[in-house]
Amino acid sequence: MTTTTKPAPPVSAAAPARRSGPTGLALRQGRLEIRQFLRSRESVVFTLGFPLIMVLIFASIFDEEIAPGVSYTQYFITGMIATGLMTVSFQNLGIWIPIERDRGVLKRYRGTPMPKWVWFAGKVIMVLVTGVVMTALLLAVSVTLFDLELPTTTTAWLTFGWVSALGVTACTLCGIAISSLARTARSGSAVVTPVALVLQFISGVFFVFTNLPSWMQQVAALFPLKWMCQGLRAVFLPESFGADEPGGSFELTRVAVVLGVWCVIGLVLCLTTFRWTTRRDG
Amino acid sequence: MSDDVAIRVRGLRKTYGDSLAVAGLDLDVHRGEVFALLGPNGAGKTTTVEILEGYRQRDAGEVRVLDVDPAHPTRDWRGRVGIVFQGTGEFDELSVAEVVHHFAGFYADADDPDKVIERVGLTAKARARTHTLSGGQKRRLDVALGIVGRPELLFLDEPTTGFDPEARREFWELIRDLAAAGTTIVLTTHYLDEAEALADRVGVISGGRLIEVAAPNRLGNRQEALATVSWRTPDGTLDSAQSATPTALVADLAARFGGEVPGLTVTRPTLEDIYLTMIGHR
Repeated sequence: MTTTTKPAPPVSAAAPARRSGPTGLALRQGRLEIRQFLRSRESVVFTLGFPLIMVLIFASIFDEEIAPGVSYTQYFITGMIATGLMTVSFQNLGIWIPIERDRGVLKRYRGTPMPKWVWFAGKVIMVLVTGVVMTALLLAVSVTLFDLELPTTTTAWLTFGWVSALGVTACTLCGIAISSLARTARSGSAVVTPVALVLQFISGVFFVFTNLPSWMQQVAALFPLKWMCQGLRAVFLPESFGADEPGGSFELTRVAVVLGVWCVIGLVLCLTTFRWTTRRDG
Repeated sequence: MSDDVAIRVRGLRKTYGDSLAVAGLDLDVHRGEVFALLGPNGAGKTTTVEILEGYRQRDAGEVRVLDVDPAHPTRDWRGRVGIVFQGTGEFDELSVAEVVHHFAGFYADADDPDKVIERVGLTAKARARTHTLSGGQKRRLDVALGIVGRPELLFLDEPTTGFDPEARREFWELIRDLAAAGTTIVLTTHYLDEAEALADRVGVISGGRLIEVAAPNRLGNRQEALATVSWRTPDGTLDSAQSATPTALVADLAARFGGEVPGLTVTRPTLEDIYLTMIGHR
């Protein structure tokens, strides 16, 4: 057999190894994701704008007290923060990952020496940053325009922290998992949006949860959003309000357990169903 | 496995459901060689290449690519293999320079991203968002991402589809440069002239098997094929004859016509003729 002999690839003298360490790679990926997010007008408007507009509308329409000393805004902000956290994680990922997969962006990343986890880390960093920004915006608007009272105790702020973190983790994992259900770029939104909307209505975001029919409350209790709302109510509403909750208190332990279980379910689904390529790619 | 073998495939098989896509394929590609894979759609070309790239799992057979089994790609191996996919991966919101710089960061020994952009002729478009590029420019970006890691082995899947003739020539120059620098190149293409212009050897896949491998001018015993001599007879009809000694035939005709032979042509089968005969279309 004829062998074509050619000179071996030149050994590079100039370019030294410039690849960043694992943390550096993850941060670079996160920065790129945030940049892509900020430049995509529809996702900025949809993700950050939607909860803000809802707060402006609802808090302006309903200014009565829903319980002695508890304004509707004080209640509604908890639902909107929870909704916002679900939007930046679950909806954002569930809609955008199918688009990137369809465009071959994911396949291309898999063809490089980038460790797989770096790509996920980039998404998580983007979700965390947008989640923090969105929460800060919501709080700022509500405090300035609608006299929202911020929590005053360290315990309340800690609860705020862990409920948000656990909720975002569960929603991020579920968003990555549900992205594999969409067969094409366009169908991501069709899969995710109805789920998110229905959950918002039955989980006590727009309406006081205990006023909902009990079967609806029971369905909502199967999903994370209801528990995120409830956990945040423990932060923003007086202890006395907890007595009116279905369980007779804010049930923070149960909030932690249910959100933790959803993290596990989401992680298992991600590990078993995640696809770097579209179905037609095999 | 000797040092001068870049790819070694023995008895490769892959089925999708009931259909056999690759049916016992053998292939050797030497280091530093430009190897073109030809074959009709559905012949198993893309499946074979994607198995070599580590995107698909095989059902049976032995495969070594740069001494690694691509079914278990390592990070180091990914860094030594460059891939230019069939479809273009879009990064809508990012500029050409941003994407190439980002991907360079994944490789331990990446080339200078700006030089790579210049090499593929996109310097004028470096700051343009990738979605504003024309089809041919997007393809150049694909090539830039395929070579930015200084691969030892480069896969090009139908790289010039949609190029105008001038862009095609420029692209060929780039491939020749890479080959001259020692990069092993595996190219799939539908353009026979492209295979002839670039490849040291051509392999024809049909029915999931490699049915012949040869230098482009030797494929299907092309160099021994009979020449077709045709001319116009005195009553105006076209006559032709196949001959192993066309010069003698032409001399004979010249004597018969007493000088100029009207409508004289002497042709040998083109690579395309040979190829179409091989895959059974002629």
